[in-house]
Amino acid sequence: MRYVDEFRDPDAARRVADAIAATVTRAWTIMEICGGQTHAIVRYGIDRMLPGMLSLVHGPGCPVCVTPPGIIDAACAIASRPEVTLCTFGDMLRVPGHEQSLLAARTGGADVRMVYSPLDAVELARENPEREVVFLAIGFETTAPTSAMAVLQAERKGLANFSLLSSHVLVPPAMRQLLGDPTNRVQGFLAAGHVCAVAGYRDYHAIARQFRIPIVVTGFEPLDILQGILLCVRQLEENRADVENQYRRAVRHDGNRTARAAVGQVFEVQGQAWRGMGRIEDSGLALRSRFARFDAFKRFPEVRVPTERQTPCISGEVLRGVRKPDECPMFGKLCTPEHPLGATMVSSEGACAAYYRYRRAPEAA
Amino acid sequence: MTFRPASYGACPVPANSADRIEMAHGGGGKLTQRLIDTVFKPAFAFSEEDLTGDSAAIGRSGSELAFTTDAYVVQPLFFPGGNIGSLAIFGTVNDLAMSGARPLAVSAAFVIEEGFALADLIRIVETMRDAAAQAGVRVVAGDTKVVERGKADGVYIATSGVGEIGSRTPIRPQAVRAGDPVIVSGDIGRHGMAVMAARESLGFEPPIESDCAPLFGPVSALIDGGIELHCLRDCTRGGLATALIEIARCADVTIAIKQAKIRISDPVRGACEILGIDPLYVANEGRFTAIVAGGDADRALTILQRHDKAAAIIGVVCEREGRTDAKIETIGTTRALDLQTGEQLPRIC
Repeated sequence: MRYVDEFRDPDAARRVADAIAATVTRAWTIMEICGGQTHAIVRYGIDRMLPGMLSLVHGPGCPVCVTPPGIIDAACAIASRPEVTLCTFGDMLRVPGHEQSLLAARTGGADVRMVYSPLDAVELARENPEREVVFLAIGFETTAPTSAMAVLQAERKGLANFSLLSSHVLVPPAMRQLLGDPTNRVQGFLAAGHVCAVAGYRDYHAIARQFRIPIVVTGFEPLDILQGILLCVRQLEENRADVENQYRRAVRHDGNRTARAAVGQVFEVQGQAWRGMGRIEDSGLALRSRFARFDAFKRFPEVRVPTERQTPCISGEVLRGVRKPDECPMFGKLCTPEHPLGATMVSSEGACAAYYRYRRAPEAA
Repeated sequence: MTFRPASYGACPVPANSADRIEMAHGGGGKLTQRLIDTVFKPAFAFSEEDLTGDSAAIGRSGSELAFTTDAYVVQPLFFPGGNIGSLAIFGTVNDLAMSGARPLAVSAAFVIEEGFALADLIRIVETMRDAAAQAGVRVVAGDTKVVERGKADGVYIATSGVGEIGSRTPIRPQAVRAGDPVIVSGDIGRHGMAVMAARESLGFEPPIESDCAPLFGPVSALIDGGIELHCLRDCTRGGLATALIEIARCADVTIAIKQAKIRISDPVRGACEILGIDPLYVANEGRFTAIVAGGDADRALTILQRHDKAAAIIGVVCEREGRTDAKIETIGTTRALDLQTGEQLPRIC
């Protein structure tokens, strides 16, 4: 299959891995930002193809993982109202809030539905005018455009029973937060290719300059990731801090202008809480006042978003690349995908789930 | 943040998982296994032998009978390549075929929702008639119940089947030996992706068709060809990976397969790539894995390729390696395969 097979070719992968080994002369730590990349790395054992001096740490780019538990509490509270149908992405259903997950709310009787796109939720609202349809909108720059489109479509269709519970987040502010942290050990970034396909990588030049750090926009196939690492390692060895684009077949410098325009039309930037990382300024998207009637926070003003409580889950450190999943004392024991203590064990893009699935000898049945 | 055991009680543990049935209890993965182990096995005193195959042998002397039962709740009821009726027949006769049994008779029970269109019921029943003819089996007993609107999702069908075991040696996981080749009877992932595409109105072009088909034909060809069959397993719920893991656990071996050898059609691969779904875990309704004696590998493959050119040897049975049930080689690296937890859900971005 084109665009897949050539990027999973064992011989080509070996050649790039050899080139990396020939380039590295000292220890470096590189973070892949996106959870999709984390999964590919762990699934294909890419980190095991690299020289020991090179360390990959996993970043915060799992949309489900960084959604704060308080938002899930709020979504469960809204979903428990008899007139409400709450829709969200399937991956979101199992993630625990403080009290329960949306799946548990559904098992308990709430009308919670999995949709593939927020536009499906708009369609559901149109077909069921007697229901209040709420879409729990999460994710990065990648999913924000379809949320924006959903609001624009709901407006065009004159729907009075559709609203968005927005918990969208933006990547560059989180990168700045990570780099400004005194415990930071990241020396180079593989930026998330899909995010950049939408948002472009204009914002990364200032980060690379300010923090003297190489940033390589990278795709998701094994060969993409290996090439991204090679470009990043070359920069580190040559003491450069540039922004490079490995994922040219999908990413342009300015991204997708139509998608960006839709996001800008519907949303404005605001401070946002991230699970395990606290509040990050200018890192979230809220509906503009012109679209207030589609804002679930305004439609259900009595619903509160509690601040995150302390738990023994180390997902905050995992998401910041400070610790790896298997360094958690609860990993695979108290915390499993069936009984997750944190979102990183639940989501298909979560680092803990990746380690559990691919890095752990299966338990006996 | 450091680990503080004292605060464990404050963790956001989902409150539901302990005491209610979740969707994943029907998914064929870990929770299904746990349900069988903790609820059904103690109640019905199944032996380990009963639980290792898709059907149970019930004869005592002379020709042995195989008996199996299954319930069908697919949504949507109609999908490219079949409907709930063809599944209900093929699913049950295929469970018999996996014991090397020629299907003799099938019963069918219908739970129908009030208000269900008679025309749809007729379509389903006619499909069952044709499927039974194709599989060489008669539907000899049935039952019909109607429940109030909202109490069922259109129609549910439960079928049971009896078959006559034709192989001379028992076909079961315990017969599997290190060195045995692992063969798959065709390309994988069609049924699950066809149903998902139909359910979610994902307009793949061309549409992906279910592979649902009777399997006794190729199985009997293997038996008639004198192939020493060690284990057969249809790759239904949970897909090829789950079938291999279950066999490996029963046989106390490790099964090693190669990604490059597994055939997946481009439409199925494309759909799986888009949705972030692993085709190894996607259901099939007309594919099985055959583990045969080492010396019979090439002959068995030739026989199976007469039925489906995409049949392939995808790996080999190895001595048990610690806790690893099955492993797969991809880009020159190898990883363990595990039962999946819960349903496979499409990725977000």
